[in-house]
Amino acid sequence: MVVANIQVSETPLVLYALRRADDALILGHRLSEWCGHAPMLEEDMALSNIALDLIGQARELYTFAAKVEGRDNDEDKLAYLRDVRQYLNLLLVEQPNGDFAQTLVRQFFYSAFADLYWRAMMNSRDGTLAAIAAKSEKESAYHLRHASEWIIRLGDGTEESHTRTQAAIDHLWAFTGEMFAVDDGERALIHAGIAVDPASLRGRWLATLSDVTREATLALPQNDWMQQGGRAGRHSEHLGHLLSELQSLQRTFPGLTW
Amino acid sequence: MYTQALNTAETADRDLEDAGKAAQFQARVDAEERIEPNDWMPAAYRKTLTRQISQHAHSEIVGMLPEGNWITRAPTLRRKAALLAKVQDECGHGLYLYAAAETLGSSREELVDAMLAGKAKYSSIFNYPTLTWADIGTIGWLVDGAAIMNQIPLCRCSYGPYARAMIRVCKEESFHQRQGYEIMVTLCRGSEEQKAMAQDALNRWWWPVLMMFGPPDAKSQHSDTSTKWKIKRFSNDELRQKFVDATVPQAQYLGLTIPDPGMTQDADGHWRYSEIDWTEFKQVLAGNGPCNRDRMAARRKAHEEGAWVREAAASYAAKRAQRQTAQAAE
Repeated sequence: MVVANIQVSETPLVLYALRRADDALILGHRLSEWCGHAPMLEEDMALSNIALDLIGQARELYTFAAKVEGRDNDEDKLAYLRDVRQYLNLLLVEQPNGDFAQTLVRQFFYSAFADLYWRAMMNSRDGTLAAIAAKSEKESAYHLRHASEWIIRLGDGTEESHTRTQAAIDHLWAFTGEMFAVDDGERALIHAGIAVDPASLRGRWLATLSDVTREATLALPQNDWMQQGGRAGRHSEHLGHLLSELQSLQRTFPGLTW
Repeated sequence: MYTQALNTAETADRDLEDAGKAAQFQARVDAEERIEPNDWMPAAYRKTLTRQISQHAHSEIVGMLPEGNWITRAPTLRRKAALLAKVQDECGHGLYLYAAAETLGSSREELVDAMLAGKAKYSSIFNYPTLTWADIGTIGWLVDGAAIMNQIPLCRCSYGPYARAMIRVCKEESFHQRQGYEIMVTLCRGSEEQKAMAQDALNRWWWPVLMMFGPPDAKSQHSDTSTKWKIKRFSNDELRQKFVDATVPQAQYLGLTIPDPGMTQDADGHWRYSEIDWTEFKQVLAGNGPCNRDRMAARRKAHEEGAWVREAAASYAAKRAQRQTAQAAE
């Protein structure tokens, strides 16, 4: 019976895959919290649909990480038996759902990046990552379209929706910088043609944000101070609660088949 | 997922109608023709179906809550994805069914408002809580199993849009049922704790599931016209018996005990079950089940807190239409 956290061999490629897997799982988990509670049935379906895509991406990336690692870890051990300090997702994706505007702004910031990221990763020299990217890109293009349309609707909707959406943009902006940061391990993967340099995507990401927010009559913040830490396992206080819910059964009844 | 104990005979309305048209309508029903939205139909037929289809739709939507309760806690990523996909399907079923109900002339908004105001019912089963992961397996196995028993005959219901919605719904529902049973198989082959969890879930869900088929035939007041109009094809007790007969061997395969010590098998193969606690059933329908208040509160909260989003979407759509008109005029 294994109750404790698993150990992970943190080679650069394993860490790289885990970071992207954690992004997808945590964001998918957040979106799944909306299930049954959305403002309209169509959005209930859409948010569940996106959650499902993201959890699917997470599963592929965890499986890849486990294979690269070559120990006896698998997608479930990686998801359910790592604690908050071992999780490596962006701070952005662990932010609470808040109101519908906050959820959609979070989704918009992430999807605008993910769409560019996965498209670029289709050229990765790692065949598995390239294949995961080819599938994920199709999904993220849909997610971006969904989020962009909502940002425009909410921004250019009523005074209340405009105010709420602007507040969400201002609140979440500081968590976007982390998407473009790399450490030494990632730098080596970029040089090897396995990973893409996220800094090279920032201009186009910003252009998407500018276009959509302009049409939505919203403004991007001038403040460029950015919060970091998620990639190194230094999270907000929100993640611990999320993980205690996500992992409760595996922690209570360890080592079983479900 | 399911609807139950519906329809009243609107005799007063029927008396006012053209006897010739009514006879023609009945002849079409008797000939197994499908009634379509533009066809003439008795006002009581329209009302009965609006009530039944909308209650069915409400059940799908409220039914997302007990299972949704476990999405964030599903024990593996595979189970999490499957549960999420399932609950998403339920929402889709709700949408098909509201669309089918709308072909009878009421808007989805009116129908949803009636549910939120407590004027329209949803299936009694969704007023029971999901306390452990095994409840998710049990709901798939038994609740979806009971829903299928009831919905397969509805695929031949006289009203075309409802029958066609049921064909689509049943396909997904039988997939959910198998998924639920597979969870039960996994638990029953697992540790002692998992088996105990599965048995406890069956103990709690068995009787409420039998109640899903509605009151016993002797006390069911609504069946006559529904049968004549081919909305209903089997009685509550017939369907309930069919369900019990199909389920007992499944429980035996799992090594689980059905919480009915008085159960016996007749020479003809049918399983005779004990008396159902109809007092509990009445209480749950009257709003006094374990989760009635929570379910309604959750749906009302989603509706109220989502109002500004729906207003924003409507306001944006109006602005855009106005701009397009202005552009066209230039």
